[in-house]
Amino acid sequence: MGISVEGANKRFGDFQALDDVSIEVPDGSLTALLGPSGSGKSTLLRAIAGLEDLDSGLVTINGENATGKPAQKRGVGFVFQHYAAFKHMTVYDNVAFGLKIRKWDKAKTSARVHELLELVQLEGLAGRFPSQLSGGQRQRMALARALAVEPKVLLLDEPFGALDAKVRKDLRTWLRNLHEEMHVTTIFVTHDQEEAMDVAGQLVVMNQGRVEQSGTADELYEHPANEFVMSFVGEVNRLGDHFVRPHDMEVVLDADERTQEGLVQRIVTLGFEVRVELVLSDGTEVWAQLTRAELQRLELREGQIAYLRPIQAKSFNGSSSSNLDGASTPLGSHDGGDAGLPAAV
Amino acid sequence: MAANPASRWGLRVLGLGYLTLLLLIPLVMIFFKTFEDGISPPLDAVTSPDGLHALKLSLLMVAIAVPLNTIFGVGCALLLVRRKTKLNPVIDAVINLPFAVSPIVIGLSLYLLYGVGGWFAFISEEGFKILFAVPGMVLASIFVSLPFVVRETVPVLQEIGTDQEQAASTLGANGWQTFWKVTLPSIRWGVAYGVVLTTARVLGEFGAVTIVSGAISGQTQTLPLFVEKQHENFNDPGAYGASLVLALLALVTLFAMNMLKRKEDA
Repeated sequence: MGISVEGANKRFGDFQALDDVSIEVPDGSLTALLGPSGSGKSTLLRAIAGLEDLDSGLVTINGENATGKPAQKRGVGFVFQHYAAFKHMTVYDNVAFGLKIRKWDKAKTSARVHELLELVQLEGLAGRFPSQLSGGQRQRMALARALAVEPKVLLLDEPFGALDAKVRKDLRTWLRNLHEEMHVTTIFVTHDQEEAMDVAGQLVVMNQGRVEQSGTADELYEHPANEFVMSFVGEVNRLGDHFVRPHDMEVVLDADERTQEGLVQRIVTLGFEVRVELVLSDGTEVWAQLTRAELQRLELREGQIAYLRPIQAKSFNGSSSSNLDGASTPLGSHDGGDAGLPAAV
Repeated sequence: MAANPASRWGLRVLGLGYLTLLLLIPLVMIFFKTFEDGISPPLDAVTSPDGLHALKLSLLMVAIAVPLNTIFGVGCALLLVRRKTKLNPVIDAVINLPFAVSPIVIGLSLYLLYGVGGWFAFISEEGFKILFAVPGMVLASIFVSLPFVVRETVPVLQEIGTDQEQAASTLGANGWQTFWKVTLPSIRWGVAYGVVLTTARVLGEFGAVTIVSGAISGQTQTLPLFVEKQHENFNDPGAYGASLVLALLALVTLFAMNMLKRKEDA
């Protein structure tokens, strides 16, 4: 059940949009396809919806082979980044569209449309035209329209991409709550890792037409499969072959054998969190995430020398990860020594 | 560049003056000339059997050529914009031919094709008369007014994009339903404008129709041909009267579209 894609390939001219992609989306889950632009996430979503034909591969929706089926027979609800509102129809007629196609009778259609408009909090606006709505309202209308026909799965293509930050956050929460109520299998595409982690239970990270890793937000953050996932999901510093999260960078004032010297360039206070930007002796720019209390205890100033001690670092040369919270594990010793952190000069 | 009031007014006067001299004065002149000797000479000419027949024939041309060109035009625009094929540039260029070729040449080419010794002469030989008859005139009218609906519809189709059509298909609409419920309502003003231009062109067509019709009074004479005949026969009030009818028909078409549009916007 749910959605599964096996061995999907899609080429646009010289561009390989999907390169042997396989994903499994459990029934009733809320899954995010996360990746930078051009990673193939939208193409994959559109292939599931039947809006794009695959060169090869298999799409299964709720146990039924949907490959090659036209979009109108797949029973999916699709929400577009730019709403795709029917501009010549009222909000009511937009939401009723799928029901009219299915030849529902008037009374039933009206009841269903009003139920959905209530769900998306647009009750009073049934007679308006899309041009009279705000972006957030339009997108909620589009969602109601997609949900009206009780789709087997709901697919959202960067649904909040065209909205401003505040509306975006509200709609995020709202979508999560909606999914908890309806439990319809949902996939949504985003390039925003925070949004993906906030909304979805399950994430699929894509890059250059391939799936890099899938799992829960915690799994991806704690055990990234590779360099790309590590740097795309969450912030990261690169020290030679190692990757260190900014909150895994300890800043101290005294040097020892595991520290590296750095010049404090900039200190940015972002409320509770403090961002300390340093330049290492080899020119590498890194930043450490501190709390306000830590900053006050260290009495750091811009322009002074401080020492960095990575608590935890990852290296993907041998798919190994080193845990450095014990003093017995000096960084750089785990894979032959040559892949370690560059020594302070 | 923020134009100062003087140059702004200067530009307006220049623009309006140009239009007045080239378009308005000649048309107004016709209006005055028509009624120079009272209302009866032009009225007699227009309501004479030949005049009425010419009016009827012109309207028949519109009734046949406009719907055909509208269906063809919308279909062709959909093909050009929504289906990218290698042939598209060729189709696109061919559709513009009637704009580029003089109507007289179009008339002559039809004459060559369907006349004695032409490739399609056998149709007439079978008893279905094309030249010097209504079918030939319809062909000429369709030919000269072919590009308008396509040209007006293509940019609108490009502008609306495919999102709405794709949304309709995910909601269960098949291609036909999507076209009638989503695409056509979105492009209707482009199509309507094309229809108005097509109508005006068909009503006014002279060159191509002259050649293929033979301009037989009371038989194959459309209004423009009737105007020319009256002018040749030194019946200028008659010519002006018929011209005025032509101009009024064109105005009615334009107003009809404006009214529809206003109703829509309200």
